[in-house]
Amino acid sequence: MPGATADSDVPGLVDRLFRREAGRLTATMARRLGPGRLGLAEDIAQETLARALRVWPFRGVPDEPVAWLHTVARRLALDAMRRDTAHARHAPALDMLAGPPQLPDAAFADELVDDELRLLFMCSHPDLSPEMRTALVLKTGCGLSVDEIAAGLLRDRTTVSQWLVRAKKRIRERNLSLDMPTPDALPARLATVLDAIYLAFNEGWSASAGDQVVRPDVCLEMLALAERLARHRITGTPPTQALYALLTFHCARLATRTDTDGNLLLLADQNRALWDRALIARGLATLARAATGDRLSEYHLLAGIAAEHAIAPTFDDTDWASIRTYYDMLVETSPSPVHRLNRVVALAMACGPLAGLRELAMLESDDALVGFHLLHATRGELLRRAGRDAEAHVAFRRAFDLARSEPERRFLQQRLT
Amino acid sequence: MAQFLLLLRDNPANFGSLSPAEMQRIIGEYRAWAEGLRSRNQLHNSNKLMDGSGKIVQHDGASVTLKDGPYAETKEVVGGYFLIEAADYAAAVDIARSCPHVRPGAKGSIEVRQIHEM
Repeated sequence: MPGATADSDVPGLVDRLFRREAGRLTATMARRLGPGRLGLAEDIAQETLARALRVWPFRGVPDEPVAWLHTVARRLALDAMRRDTAHARHAPALDMLAGPPQLPDAAFADELVDDELRLLFMCSHPDLSPEMRTALVLKTGCGLSVDEIAAGLLRDRTTVSQWLVRAKKRIRERNLSLDMPTPDALPARLATVLDAIYLAFNEGWSASAGDQVVRPDVCLEMLALAERLARHRITGTPPTQALYALLTFHCARLATRTDTDGNLLLLADQNRALWDRALIARGLATLARAATGDRLSEYHLLAGIAAEHAIAPTFDDTDWASIRTYYDMLVETSPSPVHRLNRVVALAMACGPLAGLRELAMLESDDALVGFHLLHATRGELLRRAGRDAEAHVAFRRAFDLARSEPERRFLQQRLT
Repeated sequence: MAQFLLLLRDNPANFGSLSPAEMQRIIGEYRAWAEGLRSRNQLHNSNKLMDGSGKIVQHDGASVTLKDGPYAETKEVVGGYFLIEAADYAAAVDIARSCPHVRPGAKGSIEVRQIHEM
């Protein structure tokens, strides 16, 4: 029975295969067609996956799904180049594409990873705005659609499309290349890549809008990207190891971040028995590798904090004094609202709720923080612990009014009753 | 038991805007559906027809003519078929109803035809 082969347990059709291959196909095509044709590369990747969607239901999943996809992409690219009246200019690319289909051997896999990393560097180029970088990394590195990115970033579809269109235009205009950065430029270029991955991860960790507060798929995709960077001979620097360790610790407790109804669970309320011990062990080993550099990056400090949480037997038995020290160092280099708030929480855990409330009072006069719902939620929590329930209620009410995502509002609603 | 041909029609242009994750999920649905048929020994064969490369041969009154078609861009075309086994039309239609090709939001259609036995 051709086309009706038993394909119920094909090992090739792993979870997130299409997400991963969307990025890889785009990366490979972008290298072959040139960075100025990133749009065409993306179209070919999308068309390739759509081709699989039309063929595989009838023919079954092929024995080598990845090789199948890359062969189809190559053919589609050839067709596109032949249709292009100016194809003479791209003759070298055409030659490259006409080569024999490559087997999914080790060299091919290495080449794919390299292509992906090159594209990641280009998508995180300093010449692009932070919004463009995040959108491009989510689109090409994570295989998210424009709609999914728009939902994740709390923007409308048109805005995200425009970022992407402008980003591709700028890539063409400034002739951004897909070359790996030179050794002297690497630390700075790598920093923007790590920031883009961390930003995208945070979108998955705490979706800023909508009814789903955690997007595990985005988190796992970014963890996988960080892992590839960490294992790569050029990009596996100490800050990269630190980011990889940080994301590993976070992912270890991904499953306990919400309850079965999708409601947010605080660190204090999470079931630590369900944390992924293997991932925590991997995070600790990675963090040890990160400690070889001479510079302490923000990711080292964040990973250090995440490690303390990961190894603490209970919330109360956490080493809050160490965490507070990490936050003290963190707010010096990067005084973001979240870091400053978390520092207060650590301080309150180490020195009591009243000490926390005194510190918090200093943040409340800051214009950047006064409309931040987590500040009011934190005050509510500290007041409650101090036994001042009436004031706590007012603070939670304020936080509820300011919160944007549905699960966050549900969470605060519980605190109000 | 009788044999039925399920002709799955769709418009290839409808697939362009799905995200990679959605596409993989839909393939998984087809896979589970076909696997169900196979486990009950109801699936004989299935094949995909090439998109956009068909020819139409006909006698126009004077001679046999050849033209390209049907064009995938303009309307629904037969994308592929499943040859299945079912007790009767009602049972074959039930199988077609459960196919992801007509899942909520899908724009395709399925033509169910019985194979002539004798």
